[in-house]
Amino acid sequence: MNFKIPFVPEQASTMARDVDQLTFFLVGMAVFFTVLIAVMVLYFALRYRRRAADQVGSSFDHSTLLEVTWTVIPLLIVLFTFGWGAKVYFRLYRPPADAVQYYVTGKQWMWKAQHPTGQREINELHVPVGQPTRLLMTSEDVIHSFFVPAFRTKADVVPGRYTSLWFTPTKPGRYHLFCTEYCGAEHSRMIGWVTVQEPEEHQRWLASVPVQTAPAVAGGELYARLACGNCHREEPGLAGPPLHGLFGREVELADGRTVRADEQYLRESILRPGAKVVAGYQPVMPSYQSQVTEENVLALIDYIKSLEGVAR
Amino acid sequence: MSSEAMAAERPNYLNATTGLKSWLLTLDHKRIGILYLLGVSAFFVLGGIFAMLIRLELVTPAGDLVQPDAYNRLFTSHGVLMVFFFLIPAIPGVLGNFLIPIMIGTKDLAFPRLNLLSWYLFMAGGTMALGGIIAGGVDTGWTFYTPYSSTYTMTAVIPVGLGVFVNGFSGILTGLNFMVTIHRMRAPGMTWFRLPLFVWSHYATSLIQVLGTPVLAITLVLLVFERAFHIGVFDPTRGGDPVFFQHLFWFYSHPAVYIMILPSMAVISELIAAFARKRIFGYHAVAFASIGIAVLGFLVWGHHMFVSGQSVYAGTAFSLLTMLVAIPSAIKVFNWSFTLYQGSVSFQTPMLYALGFIGLFMIGGLTGVFLGTLGFDVHVHDTYFVVAHFHYVMVGGTIMGYLGGLHYWWPKITGKLYPEFWGKISALLVFVGFNLTFFPQFLLGYMGMPRRYHAYPEEWQVLNVLSSAGASILGLGFVLPVLYFAWSLKKGPLAGRNPWGARGLEWETDSPPPTLNFDEPPVMNHEVYPYADGEPGSTSGMKPASAH
Ligand code: HEC
Ligand SMILES: [Cu+2]
Ligand SMILES: [Cu+2]
Repeated sequence: MNFKIPFVPEQASTMARDVDQLTFFLVGMAVFFTVLIAVMVLYFALRYRRRAADQVGSSFDHSTLLEVTWTVIPLLIVLFTFGWGAKVYFRLYRPPADAVQYYVTGKQWMWKAQHPTGQREINELHVPVGQPTRLLMTSEDVIHSFFVPAFRTKADVVPGRYTSLWFTPTKPGRYHLFCTEYCGAEHSRMIGWVTVQEPEEHQRWLASVPVQTAPAVAGGELYARLACGNCHREEPGLAGPPLHGLFGREVELADGRTVRADEQYLRESILRPGAKVVAGYQPVMPSYQSQVTEENVLALIDYIKSLEGVAR
Repeated sequence: MSSEAMAAERPNYLNATTGLKSWLLTLDHKRIGILYLLGVSAFFVLGGIFAMLIRLELVTPAGDLVQPDAYNRLFTSHGVLMVFFFLIPAIPGVLGNFLIPIMIGTKDLAFPRLNLLSWYLFMAGGTMALGGIIAGGVDTGWTFYTPYSSTYTMTAVIPVGLGVFVNGFSGILTGLNFMVTIHRMRAPGMTWFRLPLFVWSHYATSLIQVLGTPVLAITLVLLVFERAFHIGVFDPTRGGDPVFFQHLFWFYSHPAVYIMILPSMAVISELIAAFARKRIFGYHAVAFASIGIAVLGFLVWGHHMFVSGQSVYAGTAFSLLTMLVAIPSAIKVFNWSFTLYQGSVSFQTPMLYALGFIGLFMIGGLTGVFLGTLGFDVHVHDTYFVVAHFHYVMVGGTIMGYLGGLHYWWPKITGKLYPEFWGKISALLVFVGFNLTFFPQFLLGYMGMPRRYHAYPEEWQVLNVLSSAGASILGLGFVLPVLYFAWSLKKGPLAGRNPWGARGLEWETDSPPPTLNFDEPPVMNHEVYPYADGEPGSTSGMKPASAH
């Protein structure tokens, strides 16, 4: 599609076209019903307008056939709409397995982003075209929401937990980034740009930015500084379980439940270790709530993810 | 004419007693209705002024008229006052109070003292909220999302929250009062299926008020405690969950949308029957649709959290349930439209409002289906699309019904006629102004303009200017009725008992009605809306439309 449809923002991700198609269907449905009712109401109102002051209406006041019709047909239509919407929704929130992961932290009133290769940006995010991109996000204070209209996706950014969204950009360009969850005084200035670049251009851009330590490396340094290794090493036998090969695995808890070791779980294990205690261990791990920032936690998680090893 | 003049001199609820005290301590449901009229009008004017300032700020892309802090206070105050102190109480408080006892043929509500207490709670809550707005302002949005409202904002969340809390009890008590009245005090012969649809819809509203408002109360208490004593339920640094607040808040506030729209639907059913001179098509379906909306409305709150990180399966369930609410609404719209078929349709002001309501509510409802559609909602959530949608439902729906009802029953309430010509002009201005204000916001939303933005990118200016221009027309449309209603009190011609040739017990008593509503307790010995010729109750020699 080369011409620009009025009032439809640029389609710059693989999902944009899907969402717009759904929109066109919805608009078509709405126009159909609006015209149907408008014509019906106007026609009846004029055709049966009052011609004499004492005139009254007829006694035709129900029809089971009509009423069943206008119950069942709308029902079928909304069920169809629901199904289509759900299909698009699942795709919007299920990142492809090969998505490259970036970290985004929202705070009053800026967006901080970190590349897997270590580059940091504020209120900007540079990504190569065609790369499935996943953002793992959290907030340092209140709830924000990460929204790029050209990608037709958004997700709230919530303190105390991770949320994520993904997109595969299809077109180089600069696209608006908005905070869409009201977050205080400067909410409308918590905006920025997502810049989609050709791969070579992106490589040049990456090289031009002063490289900082990649999150996994920074996490390793933190791990050493905070002496996590006193209790967690590759070989078992210490106070804490080995963290090697932990990410993505099912963990058995002391209370009998099992949980999957995803980012949310790792985060909680570091900040509130008592909440979910691993089976076979004492709850002796101290909370690091007051010693680490959100970015530190992300770095630690990235480091733990990089620890490959034998499954316990 | 002479009999009408005599009627006006007879004792009625307005001239039965005099003096300020006789009003402030009245137990008469009709006078309490008037007290509500004064109260909600005051809050509407304030909320409207805030709205005009918002639209004025948004004429230019830069945030140049007011500072961001002031802007955030403006839209919060607009939302809090309009939702809790105008839209929710307006129709039940004014028209419901005035009409329900008369329509079911009794002399008052079941608990007149409780009714007066409801009004005082409403005024007390409103005053507290207003006090907070004036003293410190509040900048959380009417949704009070945590942890911003509980931990971060420095503004007057507690007084405003408590104001809304107190006002909630007014709604609960009114709902209780209506329900008991409708169950226990119907005139002889007034069976459930002879109740005007106005009463059915208010019954459904009361159900939500009584069941839903306590949850709002709990939510607000938790919020106040969190703010004052840091109990930590919503604070992630203490192991709380800020999104939990959203669940609680919308568990009430989604049904609250139906607290606002069901009474308006109540009015519309009466208007369409009266101005088509025909029984509402599918009376039973319309009555049960009200109850269906009330019940289903409690099961859909999660559609406000499709992007908040809740599981995709929860999102799916809430989406499906949301779709189902569309069905009773669609049934109503079809039934109203079909009532016109073989009717005797006239186009007086109340009918213009009713027809306008159908148009606006339909767009509001259909865009509700859009938003319930998961894949679509992710893109437009928290954008102007949502703002446009809920204004179509709440302003296009509730205010159209409220104004239509006020015009229709004005002769009954005051005994005077308002000028029809100006009434029609105002209905037209409201309809045109409304669409011009809010339709562009759908487009802005789809293009990505987030709500609650004080400044915005330049490419969106044209649509914003259109919207602000529409708001001025809409404002004019609201000012006109104030002027001619006031004029009619002094100079309006006497209305007589039944100026519209309508059916219903309220038209069988004087205008204004006597304090006890009827000279003799009425008996309902015929079906409801008996317009068609030959039906029992269809008096006064009107003829069916068979001529054409
Ligand atoms: C005093 C010893 C100790 C220290 C120091 C310690 N931990 Fe732990 N950790 C434990 C124990 C014991 C457990 C298992 C019980 C539990 O879940 O609380 C554990 C569990 C964990 C788990 C969950 C493991 C699983 O298999 O599910 C993670 C992740 C973790 N710790 C990370 C860290 C990190 C990162 C640090 C450093 C910032 C750290 N720990 C420091 C003792 C410690
Ligand atoms: Cu924000
Ligand atoms: Cu809702």
